[in-house]
Amino acid sequence: MDFLALFDLSVLDSTVRLTTPLLLACLAGLFSERAGIFDIGLEGKMLFAAFFSAAVAAMTGSVWLGLLAGIAASMALSGIHGLASITFRGNQLISGVAINFLAAGMTVLIAQDWFQQGGRTPSLIGGGRFEPITLPFANALNGVPFFGPIYAELISGHSILVYVSLLAVPGTWWLLFRTRFGLRLRAVGENPAAVDTAGVSVMGLRFVAVGICGILCGIAGAYLATGLQAGFVKDMTAGRGFIALAALIFAKWRPWHALWATLLFGYLQAIALRPDIIEGALGFRVQVQLLDALPYILTVVILAGFVGKAIPPRAGGEPYVKER
Amino acid sequence: MTAPAIELKGISKAFGPVQANKDISIRVMPGTIHGIIGENGAGKSTLMSILYGFYKADAGEVFISGQKTEIPDSQAAIAAGIGMVFQHFKLVENFTVLENIILGAEDGGLLKPSLSKARKTLLELEKEYDLKVDPDAVIEQIGVGMQQRVEILKALYRQANILTLDEPTGVLTPAEADQLFRILGRLKEEGKTIILITHKLREIMDITDTVSVMRRGEMTATVKTAETSPEELAELMVGRKVLLRVDKEPATPGDVVLDVKNLKVVDDQGVERLRGIDLQVRAGEILGIAGVAGNGQSELLEVLGGYEDATGTVTLNGAPIDLTGKYSDGRSRRDRGIAHVPEDRQREGLIMDFAAWENTAFGYHRDAAYTSGLLSNNAAIKADTAEKMERFDVRPPHPHLAAKNFSGGNQQKIVLAREIERNPDLLLIGQPTRGVDIGAIEFIHQQIVALRDQGKAILLVSVELEEILGLADRVAVMFDGQIMGERLTTETDEKELGLLMAGITDTDKPHTIAEIEANLAQAHGNPHKEI
Repeated sequence: MDFLALFDLSVLDSTVRLTTPLLLACLAGLFSERAGIFDIGLEGKMLFAAFFSAAVAAMTGSVWLGLLAGIAASMALSGIHGLASITFRGNQLISGVAINFLAAGMTVLIAQDWFQQGGRTPSLIGGGRFEPITLPFANALNGVPFFGPIYAELISGHSILVYVSLLAVPGTWWLLFRTRFGLRLRAVGENPAAVDTAGVSVMGLRFVAVGICGILCGIAGAYLATGLQAGFVKDMTAGRGFIALAALIFAKWRPWHALWATLLFGYLQAIALRPDIIEGALGFRVQVQLLDALPYILTVVILAGFVGKAIPPRAGGEPYVKER
Repeated sequence: MTAPAIELKGISKAFGPVQANKDISIRVMPGTIHGIIGENGAGKSTLMSILYGFYKADAGEVFISGQKTEIPDSQAAIAAGIGMVFQHFKLVENFTVLENIILGAEDGGLLKPSLSKARKTLLELEKEYDLKVDPDAVIEQIGVGMQQRVEILKALYRQANILTLDEPTGVLTPAEADQLFRILGRLKEEGKTIILITHKLREIMDITDTVSVMRRGEMTATVKTAETSPEELAELMVGRKVLLRVDKEPATPGDVVLDVKNLKVVDDQGVERLRGIDLQVRAGEILGIAGVAGNGQSELLEVLGGYEDATGTVTLNGAPIDLTGKYSDGRSRRDRGIAHVPEDRQREGLIMDFAAWENTAFGYHRDAAYTSGLLSNNAAIKADTAEKMERFDVRPPHPHLAAKNFSGGNQQKIVLAREIERNPDLLLIGQPTRGVDIGAIEFIHQQIVALRDQGKAILLVSVELEEILGLADRVAVMFDGQIMGERLTTETDEKELGLLMAGITDTDKPHTIAEIEANLAQAHGNPHKEI
């Protein structure tokens, strides 16, 4: 039996790549929910962004234009969610569900209309994809025992969006806990009346939060279609938005915890791709279907509250109605 | 002559057909404490909301220090030097005191400089006004008294010159209330203008310089406090003479009706809300349960009323009643002769969208007089409701009107009529006059005393000490799920009960406010959340 193989560099390497969309979506949800807007539409926004980024990248050949299109598409859905749940004080869950349905249907419909390839975009080639970046000295240091390969294979050699997502963690932490904006954002998710009586616009803050959520979901979706894969296929988010939500609860709405939580989910997704390694480590064959189900089983376990009490932002899910 | 610190001219505001404020004019001179008194629904809160930019007045003008000022939102109110301490505090519970104070008044985009500046300013304010708080304490871990001081500091930090407080003593023990009044006195000395909104006559008499009375959206009078009396103010509030004192003979208690021994309740979070309660209520007496809200009084009522499980023993007329299981529900309690007027009449006592006659049947809808075979006999229920409404002077006396269309006092009369008319052996009654107008208070108190005089046992829970002292024969004080002491109401006073409410049992020794607050902050229940 070879337990160390479970942490083989190739497994860890795909963990990093599979974590990226989860992490971005998780941080997206963090901004929104910290401001008191529940968002189960992460999935739909990612899917929308995945399609539009792939479509625009395929048509223009520029992955950067694709990224912008993905962000714009995701933000459009954020705008709908904001309008429904902030301006018109609608039910945030229903609005989120609607966005998921809308995205699932619209992407395939438009893809078929534009490309006639059965609801997918053409495969992206060349400038239409985010290429791996080789960090400085990666090749030179590869010979150094232990650390060399970790640097060269695990840390170096990912697309830029992977590094963006990792930098987003300290960035989010800093924004939330070290700036005026963060203080107000957290306050509006806990007690909007306190923000309102302090003379700050509750609606304004919440729209900004939902907007940031849209941007991050947009990057997550774009990464799926133009970094992780080479093009859009139907339902390619495969529940990642919901896994990100579970990770958010697991992380208790904290940025660093979000990184650890999504790494765990990313690892489960990565190991599920390597039944050979698992067989080697455990000494018996595990059904692939069971491995595929692992992240979702963990999600259920987390949501069932087996990981300790997670206290969500107190005003979460409640539209703010001004009253004394 | 100096200009008034604040002057309102002809303020009017209507919500649909309801005229909440009608042509209100008021002048408050700088460096004074101005009281605004009125019953619930008189329009006090609406007026203050207009002043703080929450609502836009339909008509009227606001002048601050002689300058006409528009207040479209809270930001404008803050800029005009108006600070507001709401009845329900507007604090972020898991933020520190300091974070709450700077929220919305930060200097620049980064927190650190704002926090250190606020810390310095806070020290100065603390010295100047004797407002002690711990800047690094988290709000949910400090007592209500300190939370309130944070609200006052928030206003002062924003350089408020006019400080408005809405029912500030509702959640405070008497000692804390006294301390608040000392702080207000200090603020006044420093030239701040204070507007105090309350329904408590005693507070108005104690600390205000002038007082305005509101009734049904109108300002009925503004008088100098020194030249008026509680009786006159009450009359101005209600529009007729009212008896402020409860008129009753000494009790002649009989046998023990309710006997509670070692009653314990653990809530969903595993916190012990009742920690071994022992008490007895006799026939023909009223036992008052005093205490700051959230110290287990609600749980006690819920257990006895049959909608919360508990351990311990409770007997009624010598026979035990079930505290868990099938026969521990409200129906079984009613069958045993326990009637219950719940604390929150709008959530537990009535269904607001249902008609008065339907509400009258609740809990007693299986009664033979209310049914014919499998069906309910609506005609009989309606007739009975009409009769009860007349006896209890419910206005308007229409059984078809939905509960929500009655005033607080009349809603309470509907609940009382339903419960009292069943001739129970034991009446549980929580906050009988919360949100009830003075006129109705008098009537409700008379009904409770009349029931006592018929030889019934009554357990009265109230956060209003005055009500307990006036109405009950004996009083038990609860703190943190325990009974701290029992007294005859004729042999105790607010001061002694106030100390017991803070969990201090050696009431004959002097105690500092800091000691009282430390004790209160330790209690499991955070009283503020319960209100």
